[in-house]
Amino acid sequence: MEKLQCQCGHINPPGTNLCESCGRSLTEKEQNSKLVDMRYEGTARRSQTYNKSIIDKIWNFFSSVKVGVGIIVLLLVAAAIGTILPQKAFVPANTEATIKEYYADTYGVVGQIYHALGFHDLYSSFWFIILVGMLAISLIIASLDRFVPLYKSLKNQRVLRHPSFMDKQRIYAEGPGAEDTLKKAEEKLSELKYKVRTDKNGLLAEKGRFSRWGPYVNHIGLIIFLFGVMLRMMPGFYIDESLWIREGETRAIPEVPGYYLENKNFELENYSGEGGEEIFGEALDRVGTVAKNYQTDIVLYKKKEDALPGAVDGQEVVKEYPIRVNQPLKFAGYAIYQMDFRLDELKAMTFSFINKETEESFGELTIDLIDPKKDYELDNGASVKLIGYYPDFSGFENGEPQTATPLPNNPGFLVKLFTPDTPEGETSFITIKNTVEPLGENEYKLAFQSVETRDVSGLTVRKDSTLPILGLGGLIFMIGVAQGMYFNHRRFWIQQKTDGTILLAGHTNKNWFGLKKDLNQVVEYASLPAYTDQQDEIEKQEKAEKEGEVLS
Amino acid sequence: MDEKAKQTKNSKKRKRAVMRTTILAILIAAIGYTIYNSATAEDVTVLKVGDKAPNFTLVDLEGENHKLSDYEGQGVFLNFWGTWCKPCAKEMPAMDRQYEVFTNQGVQVLAVNIAQSDFEVQSFADQYGLSFPVVIDKTKSVMTAYNIRPLPTTVLVNPEGNIQRIITGEMTEQDIEGFMEEIKPD
Repeated sequence: MEKLQCQCGHINPPGTNLCESCGRSLTEKEQNSKLVDMRYEGTARRSQTYNKSIIDKIWNFFSSVKVGVGIIVLLLVAAAIGTILPQKAFVPANTEATIKEYYADTYGVVGQIYHALGFHDLYSSFWFIILVGMLAISLIIASLDRFVPLYKSLKNQRVLRHPSFMDKQRIYAEGPGAEDTLKKAEEKLSELKYKVRTDKNGLLAEKGRFSRWGPYVNHIGLIIFLFGVMLRMMPGFYIDESLWIREGETRAIPEVPGYYLENKNFELENYSGEGGEEIFGEALDRVGTVAKNYQTDIVLYKKKEDALPGAVDGQEVVKEYPIRVNQPLKFAGYAIYQMDFRLDELKAMTFSFINKETEESFGELTIDLIDPKKDYELDNGASVKLIGYYPDFSGFENGEPQTATPLPNNPGFLVKLFTPDTPEGETSFITIKNTVEPLGENEYKLAFQSVETRDVSGLTVRKDSTLPILGLGGLIFMIGVAQGMYFNHRRFWIQQKTDGTILLAGHTNKNWFGLKKDLNQVVEYASLPAYTDQQDEIEKQEKAEKEGEVLS
Repeated sequence: MDEKAKQTKNSKKRKRAVMRTTILAILIAAIGYTIYNSATAEDVTVLKVGDKAPNFTLVDLEGENHKLSDYEGQGVFLNFWGTWCKPCAKEMPAMDRQYEVFTNQGVQVLAVNIAQSDFEVQSFADQYGLSFPVVIDKTKSVMTAYNIRPLPTTVLVNPEGNIQRIITGEMTEQDIEGFMEEIKPD
């Protein structure tokens, strides 16, 4: 492409629509239209200028608004598809292989494809990240390509423009003027807070130029926001871990090195409908139980300096705190939220040691299911020895009792019962449902009496160091929106020809009503010729033509 | 066009190419880095082969303290396990046999049980007649420090105190022998 030389002698970069200096139309399209296209001040978008190397081609690709919109549409469609089947965090599987199986088993071929394409973990799938990255590139390049020429053009504005530029502005007037017309117009415009520059026989009044930077400020905000989202994927910036902790347990907090949490007590309180809660009575009758409070009373410990993980006395109390829904425990940039619970996990079982025939009792014993003891002494010389403990009994294998998990869901005990009558001891295998006597009929048994339970609290450990960055991005985004939406860039060009004729043109990026209001004051004060809104004229004309067609 | 104009045009062209290439390169590098991070985020391997093995101290069934740093100069075969985990139970006898062989060659075995009761761990150790120290991580703090997910997981610590290898899942006796050979001090 060649550089364009205007009649006024100014050399414009290729792709320019309106001469940078005098404002004459340079393209045929512009010359034939009634009004000039003032977008980007008629400057050449930089990408249109050159298109030679591969780098230029890539640059031009991303500079296109159409491409940017295309990327946004693709992202929306992908995000929509991502909601059709559950994301991987919500399926009941936790290893790569089982997750894959789950999708295949539950949703068939569709599920397989869904998983293979990465829709099951959309935000982490590489192609989604690439698309978001391409959006960021598009935002940056498209903005640079438009902002730089626009900035230069507005900075180097000339006061005097060619009449052909002025008469193609939407607001235009031409008519006789007095000697002091320019002077008075300048006075009034200055009073209206316009910046006025004069040159020979003309003036340029301008107000609110910064409104033109709104979209670019807005894009800077978006890019900062995307940068914050990118940081979330970096280790250490974003933590979202769950922690199940039982009453009485002390646990190292996952992803929070050096801190421990003890669960003192978990409480679930329901609305009773009594004592000041009578007003809820009707609602409670209708819907049943309604929770009033979920609460975990915790103690937070910190590892002592120099203490090693696992050291028994290596912790010191930081604070005690009741974690409730929406009242997280906060410390050192982390927050721990109440998220879930399981009530009544078995904690201890109490049995009574009796003679099967006479039902004579030797007293009771309680076996702690979390930390069972080996030996239990009872009344009258009876004792019980725990030989094997299977917290989650799942059957026998080669005659050996097995446990499926370390949790006391279905405890089984292999015990030996001693009395003065049976000093050799009788062996018994006890589970919740029944008792097996593997070595022959026994005289004594342990009869189940009662259980103690404890609750499990489900907590979530959160840390998000990117929030300030996301907040900043959002703030800048909003500043950009306000800047572009609530402020207008208004300009007037006025020239007086040697014969006294006044030429007047006005332009604004939005809010033409406001521009006209300003202009009316100036017209009145400085006795300028009456102006017309050429856009309105064109529309009226088109409307009249249309109606004419209908009539004929 | 005269020489001077041509020159300025060329230098402008070069400047433009450099500028555009730099901006594109930075942006593409940022995307690449993000993808890399998201791909490796799955195994939040705070621990990697070659890292210093985090020090810890745990108490064994006899009440004795075992501090990892005390074994510097020896290879440490760190096995995380639970009584309820079948593959853990299966590899225990083989580990015990190999321990007998390598204990005189400077290889220490530490079996770290994850937060189970003394009773369960003691009966398991008695049943299998384990001769190496068995320690219990009551608060799961060592498990957290080593970021152990599935059981069994074995971490090989070389005589310099660095992580030589991380093995998840069951090992055969041959594997165990090979691993102990790997961390044997010269």
